Amino acid sequence: MTDAVTSTVIDNGLTVLVETLPELQSAAYALLIPCGSAYDPPQGSGIASALCDWITRGAGDRDSREVSCELDRLGVQSDTSVNVSHMTMTGACLAGNLSPALGLVGDFLQRPHLDEEEFAGAISGVENELLGLEDDPRQKVMLELIRRYYPQPWNQPPEGTLGDLEFITAERARLQYEQCVRPDRAILGIAGRVTLAEILPEIQRIFGDWKSGGVAQPGYGSRGVTRDHLPAESTQTQIGIAYPAVPYRDPDYYAAWAAVSVLSGGMSSRLFTEVREKRGLVYSVYATLSTLKDEGAVLCYAGTTNERAQETLDVLRSELKRLGDGIAEEELNRAKALAKSSLVMAQESSSTRARSLARDWYHLGRTTTVDEIQAAIEALTPAQVVDYVRRHPADDCTIVTIGPNALH
Amino acid sequence: MFHHTVLDNGLHIVGEELPQARSVAFGFFVRTGSRDETPEINGVSHFLEHMVFKGTDQYSAEDVNRLFDEVGAQYNASTSEEVTLFYAVVLPEYFEQTFPLQAAILYPALRDSDFDTEKQVILEEIGMYDDQPAYVAYDHAMQGHFAGHPLGQIILGTKESVSALTATQMRDYHAARYRAGNIVLAVSGKFDWDTVVAQAKACCGHWPAGTPDRVTPPATPQTSAQWITRDHLQQEQVVQLMPAPSATDPLRFAADMLTVIVGDDGNSRLYWELVDPGHADGCEISLQDFEGTGTYLIFLSGSPEETAANLARLQKVCDDVTQNGITAEELQLAKNKVSTRIVLRGERPMGRLSSLGHDWLIRREYRSIEDDLKLLDAITLEDMKRLLELYPLTAVTTVGVGPLTGV
Repeated sequence: MTDAVTSTVIDNGLTVLVETLPELQSAAYALLIPCGSAYDPPQGSGIASALCDWITRGAGDRDSREVSCELDRLGVQSDTSVNVSHMTMTGACLAGNLSPALGLVGDFLQRPHLDEEEFAGAISGVENELLGLEDDPRQKVMLELIRRYYPQPWNQPPEGTLGDLEFITAERARLQYEQCVRPDRAILGIAGRVTLAEILPEIQRIFGDWKSGGVAQPGYGSRGVTRDHLPAESTQTQIGIAYPAVPYRDPDYYAAWAAVSVLSGGMSSRLFTEVREKRGLVYSVYATLSTLKDEGAVLCYAGTTNERAQETLDVLRSELKRLGDGIAEEELNRAKALAKSSLVMAQESSSTRARSLARDWYHLGRTTTVDEIQAAIEALTPAQVVDYVRRHPADDCTIVTIGPNALH
Repeated sequence: MFHHTVLDNGLHIVGEELPQARSVAFGFFVRTGSRDETPEINGVSHFLEHMVFKGTDQYSAEDVNRLFDEVGAQYNASTSEEVTLFYAVVLPEYFEQTFPLQAAILYPALRDSDFDTEKQVILEEIGMYDDQPAYVAYDHAMQGHFAGHPLGQIILGTKESVSALTATQMRDYHAARYRAGNIVLAVSGKFDWDTVVAQAKACCGHWPAGTPDRVTPPATPQTSAQWITRDHLQQEQVVQLMPAPSATDPLRFAADMLTVIVGDDGNSRLYWELVDPGHADGCEISLQDFEGTGTYLIFLSGSPEETAANLARLQKVCDDVTQNGITAEELQLAKNKVSTRIVLRGERPMGRLSSLGHDWLIRREYRSIEDDLKLLDAITLEDMKRLLELYPLTAVTTVGVGPLTGV
């Protein structure tokens, strides 16, 4: 199964990756376009999000409503989103409808109407989302953490900022479209009941005339403060902690992954056991490995009632430190078991595989096989993981809190 | 392929093999939830769901988490008004190792010390949802809509009810509700049916028999509106409830279809009227089909300034649908949309488990994906008309949480 990934690059630079999963009825696509929020211009935070919405509001021969009806007629479960590096268009459908579904995506990217009156709706959507975020402290704390931790502009939130909204005009969004919605570094991952040979002629027809000429990837600028507290009236205090980790393409990545899994993989992991099970300090606590192309981070979260927030932060930090003291063989074995089952189960979903293919290509410039990842994880020893943790300790943490009182 | 058997103590077991699957999902569906509580023990079903993971006389809490993690299981539990579910998804080779653990923990030790620690976690969970206005609105709407009815009891309970709860009360509740006739074991994916039955006999055969009652009095919601003011919020979250078909009413399929046409998160009547133009952040309808009664649940979020106008827009859409129905084209598109959802979800064992278990628990009914698609295809405009005559889209209960003091 795992050797069934094939790839090609068409003339305009679009990379196409196909993994054949013949036992499924479905096929899914994930198209990454290098137009993430890191590309948002100064005073234009949120432009990628607005544009992402705008290009689907009428394209090719169809107006906004006809586009939606066509997607429903074809039974495409589609989604568009923006993260820091990419604008992403995903979809899943019965395999027979993949080609017309991609046809609609081709229209969005090459023939969007970009009507002035539709722009107002797109901007309102961004604003509503931002206002909703203000009322959702759990999500907000992690976003504010990333904003302070990662270097500019790779810290820019995909959601945008309320302050920049008034500066986002249709004209600027059109310029962003011209500069960034290009095939040069775009990646199309496809998985399911489909082969590259079958779908390539359709891809040539749909995307072959998409003009290259996208802007270069932005560099890395300065970072924000390492301690911050945002006052809020709330029942709980939200805590976010970030510290350095290697990126996905680093040879140490799987050691980093295993370390985070020991911290926060399953319910027997350290954070869940120490913070929730033993002390009952929280309902939700976790750590996750985040990655840009050239650097990574461990992001930790805990939410707890205000009176117990300081204790929660203290326990959390001591657990992060304790990781360098040693990791038991059994802990690592549980991380390996989790990796194995996740990798196998991912193959039951065409959508999951399509996204993984495209993501791997962005970070590594190649695809990985399930067997290869599993072998790399299986080979890890506790000593290797601890050695990694000691070289990347949680010493210089960035800490952001939201709640009535600051913590120390 | 579908399998079914009943153990001597009344435990029903249903299985659906999915030949393409690489994993197996299995779950115990217990017909108990907040509606089966009394006000004094409100929150006990959900608290008990947590306590199950604290282990038995044989397994400590650490053992439970560790043993699941050792096989890389994806496992969790959930509690609703009507059903408490414990499930795990594992690779097929680990089924026989994981099943005895999953079965054993349904009869937990309920140790006092674990009870006290976990109570803190539950109070944290209540605090967490208290900071999420949409949940606050939902809980108040359910309390208002089902005032005096068991469905008016909120799932998590309140800070007060949970604080006052004792381990003895929980033990009594568990002894009354966790009886084999009140539980369904559902298995989906790649498995050997004979092994499942043998395991179930060995691990569940001794469970106490019995089928406890559930009271299903008719609901008589009275029109009401409540505005819970929280000045610091940016948005106003509004929840509306209106009567809809129950879990055993054949019209529930048409009702489900109606929610897609009127209030799906994209390309629905409400989407085009409220969300696409940017008037609202979101406006969606879903069906909650309970035993004996049902509701349409509407979530509306957006700026406080637009809320009155948005409620008027929402009502205009609902009135129009109630009076003039929907079109053949809308029905056909919705059928396409839902068919794909059913097929795609059905590719994963976990995607099938929920309907497999629920359908058998509540209705003793099995429908394959093909059955679901046929049923869907058979829905007519006439069905939709009858549905709207019996259940017009008229808001009965409205709750807002946000800066507003009223509209």
